[in-house]
Amino acid sequence: MTYRIVGETGEWEVVIGLEVHAQVVSNSKLFSGASTEFGGAPNTHVSLVDAAMPGMLPVVNEKCIEQAVRTGLGLKAKINNYSVFARKNYFYADLPQSYQISQFDKPIVGAGVVILDMPDGTTREIGIERLHLEQDAGKSMHDQDPKRTFVDLNRSGVALMEIVSDPDMRSPEEAGIYVRKIRSIVRYLETCDGNMEQGSMRADVNVSVRKVGSTELNTRCEIKNVNSVRFVMQAIEAEAQRQVELVESGGEVEQQTRQFDPSKGETKAMRSKEFAHDYRYFPDPDLLPIEFSEEYVEAIKATLPELPDEKKQRYMSEYGLSAYDAGVLVVDRETGHYYEAVLGKNRDPKLAANWVISNLFGALKAESKSIEESPVSAEQLGQLLDLIADDTISGKIAKDVFEKMIASGDDPAVIVEKEGLKQITDTGAIEAAVDDVIANSPEQVAQFQGGNEKIAGWFVGQIMKATQGKANPGMVNKMLKEKLG
Amino acid sequence: MSKTLTNLTIAEARDGLAAKEFSAVELTEAHNDAVVAARDLNAFVSETPGLALDAAKASDVRRASGDVLGSMDGVPIAMKDLFCTEGVQSTAGSHMLEGFVPAYESTVSKNLKDAGSVMLGKANMDEFAMGSSTENSYYGNTINPWKASSGPDAGSDLVPGGSSGGSASAVATRLCLGATGTDTGGSIRQPASFSGIVGLKPTYGRCSRWGIVAFASSLDQAGPMTRTVRDSAIMLGSMAGHDPKDSTSAPVETPNFESAMGLGVKGLRIGIPKEYTAEGMPQEISDLWQLGADWLREAGAEIVDVSLPHTKYALPTYYIVAPAEASSNLARYDGVRYGLRVEGDSLDDMYMNTRAAGFGEEVQRRILIGTYVLSAGYYDAYYVKAQQVRTRIAGDFKSVFEDVDVLLAPTAPSPAFAMNAQLDPVSMYLNDIFTVPASLAGLPGISVPAGLSEHGLPLGLQLIAKPFDELTLLRAAETIEQSAGFELPVFSGGEG
Amino acid sequence: MSLDRETVRRIAYLARIKVEDERLDQIAGELDGILGFVEQLSEVDTDGVEAMTSVTELTMPLRADVINDGDCRDKVLANATDPFDGFYTVPKVVE
Repeated sequence: MTYRIVGETGEWEVVIGLEVHAQVVSNSKLFSGASTEFGGAPNTHVSLVDAAMPGMLPVVNEKCIEQAVRTGLGLKAKINNYSVFARKNYFYADLPQSYQISQFDKPIVGAGVVILDMPDGTTREIGIERLHLEQDAGKSMHDQDPKRTFVDLNRSGVALMEIVSDPDMRSPEEAGIYVRKIRSIVRYLETCDGNMEQGSMRADVNVSVRKVGSTELNTRCEIKNVNSVRFVMQAIEAEAQRQVELVESGGEVEQQTRQFDPSKGETKAMRSKEFAHDYRYFPDPDLLPIEFSEEYVEAIKATLPELPDEKKQRYMSEYGLSAYDAGVLVVDRETGHYYEAVLGKNRDPKLAANWVISNLFGALKAESKSIEESPVSAEQLGQLLDLIADDTISGKIAKDVFEKMIASGDDPAVIVEKEGLKQITDTGAIEAAVDDVIANSPEQVAQFQGGNEKIAGWFVGQIMKATQGKANPGMVNKMLKEKLG
Repeated sequence: MSKTLTNLTIAEARDGLAAKEFSAVELTEAHNDAVVAARDLNAFVSETPGLALDAAKASDVRRASGDVLGSMDGVPIAMKDLFCTEGVQSTAGSHMLEGFVPAYESTVSKNLKDAGSVMLGKANMDEFAMGSSTENSYYGNTINPWKASSGPDAGSDLVPGGSSGGSASAVATRLCLGATGTDTGGSIRQPASFSGIVGLKPTYGRCSRWGIVAFASSLDQAGPMTRTVRDSAIMLGSMAGHDPKDSTSAPVETPNFESAMGLGVKGLRIGIPKEYTAEGMPQEISDLWQLGADWLREAGAEIVDVSLPHTKYALPTYYIVAPAEASSNLARYDGVRYGLRVEGDSLDDMYMNTRAAGFGEEVQRRILIGTYVLSAGYYDAYYVKAQQVRTRIAGDFKSVFEDVDVLLAPTAPSPAFAMNAQLDPVSMYLNDIFTVPASLAGLPGISVPAGLSEHGLPLGLQLIAKPFDELTLLRAAETIEQSAGFELPVFSGGEG
Repeated sequence: MSLDRETVRRIAYLARIKVEDERLDQIAGELDGILGFVEQLSEVDTDGVEAMTSVTELTMPLRADVINDGDCRDKVLANATDPFDGFYTVPKVVE
């Protein structure tokens, strides 16, 4: 679906690039042995290095290097065997060194690609320009005291991966799907927990607009620190609209850093002195270049899990799932795990997919639970499918059983047993019920025999009612046909 | 008693302590007294006589129970105030860090402590190690104990060189048996030359930089300042060692440096780099350099003329690289977590007020130059260019060291000068013209007192060796020392 | 090459050093002197020469991912000017 902004002078296209900051999963910080744990009393997860005491020096955490390489591999990107940490110099209350150790012209990961699964089943490729490692800053609190800003350095020095996309996105929707896809990939890789509420993942969004048909890249604005997928989409919409209105009324877009205000649904320029933003990057002389061998990269590659794109392809080709169903099941690693556990050795893949997508997701959503918190385990859902397959219960009864499983967490066989839901497949019992209904419904029998075949459904209903839904529907139909002739 | 004790070398003190001729406490008391008596030289920012006595007592206890830690056990030393020392104010010579008491001990000072040495106090220095005269200290300038016997400066107070001028003056005046210095572009070697002592800058990576207030990270290196070459060998042994807390610390063994003593230079090839001359350099320095070459030849070395063609570009390279790194390293002094704060209406005002008041003129100048050469549009022309030239300078050394073992050159282009003599920054910078190249290449260098100027001031000769080849450096240095027969006078200030 | 007052002002702001207007010319002059001195580097042919990023020929040491530091707030705040309730404080920032 093409996204267009219709202005007074014509149609506009929006050009979007994203910088996703993803917190690396590690025990300790990028350059110090202090904990990365979220929360904690102020300034307790802070070493003398993190507080930038005089003479303190950084020593890099090997896990963070590995995680960056791992993520690069997941983004199908070029891994740079030689990269350099550089200092980005600026003063701010939450930046104790007054520089951020980051990477500049020699990042650890180069160009890669991310595939977006669009809702219509098509895919879009978004280029990755680079991924680099950098330190997070501390936290400033401006609202605690009338005269002072409070500074907590617990976050200071935690490793982040900045994943920079090419300006390849053309709609808020694509940007949203992109962020979700990045989140999915890093969660598969276990390199970032993807928790946007806690700030483990956040995005800087670059937006510019141009007339449809133009290929120029116009001046862009950067919307900083957007912390949810929804806000990313809203911010793009608001910013693109603003830029179109500005240009159409004779103004010019200035390169700016802006902030998104979700309550007003608008972006506003940050109070910053643009001329002052001269970061004076240079290689950090306290550190040496990061160098590693091809074997190191290969060893990490060997431990990569199957990633969502490959998994999706496999679900389609091996299990015959639709692109949509496959896409839904691979969004996160846990769902894929769950689905495959339900599938077990030889259950019906399509039936299993339907149950996971329609029934399980619905129930989890109603209870606001994640798949890891599901009251029904994959094994239990598998057992339920077995009960359907071997005609112990009908598909309809299975839905009731499933509801009871969600509520109680019991095994399906237990529920079926306890509630006496076992399907009646005993010919004699079904025959008795059929005979009984026929005998008590002479009027309907007459109608049927008079040519009203639709009334057959009424008979089935009566028989199911009489058996509390437990009669095997196939057998009922067959027998009715025989008896009514 | 005290006069004798302060006249000892580290090696003699070690032997005397071992022979129980005197105790560490006696040795320390003598030096504590000397420090007090020489206060007019202003060699110390902080004196720590109480801590020194405690350390000396502990040393004597160890000795009594036979647990001597090594050659430095019980040896009184001065610590340059650039080293962070736990519980003792560490100022880096700056108003910015006045009252700053670290909760940690630098690796080098800890190594010395762990070796049993006794810290007498924190030695004065040019602010943040930026300077060549120790006139840039917020705590007042340090005076060189030497006086010119004739000439225009006769009788005037002279500078001890810098930035480790407090250390140099304290060692020369016999206020301590040795002192730590740090050398970024010559800050150990040039004051050693000005003060008539030995100053050794080890290979970059030999001593940990952890806990040393950073000036220019790619150049800073700690080293010993002593009265003899042997003492430098002994003291370096206690300072050096791989430190996992410093990513640039080399994972190499620390050899027994003292084992180089007495080996001589027979069979060594000594290079004389023809480019080590400067405009206006006095003939007496060229003559001394020639004399040094003769001594080495007489001692059995082969003298080879070599060329380091990019030498003249070392100083301009240094004055881009060092300020650039410093501008970033000193950005952390922002009035928030330690040190001076001068309030302001906004965060930026507070930063600007604090940094204007906390940094002296020279430091501000270097921060501004460093900021400029890194700024957008100038980075490639200045910083990248300088780092390319630096590659060439290091390449020059690499190729001559394929042919020779050690290089011999003057340490400084002049003897000590009078205070306030150098009025513009660039002429002050020229003091480091001969020391900066080895710093840029990360090579070990040593200044050995070799003679006197016509006005009776000490002059040093510099030796430079291959990376991590301090042993060969020390062999050549000892030969110069023996041949020169230089006598350090006993200055009245230190006698107590 | 010569630095103008505006450049000095901008550089001083980047470095967060307050420079009074009356000192701008003097500082510009001193910085000019230094820049003039380093100008001679342009004589050196550096085509194809790698810029030095490290003077040692070491490879970067890596630290194991263990928590062995932090949890030392007293030390962290010991020299702070105006700590409050475990926080550092600065003049209020209006964003």
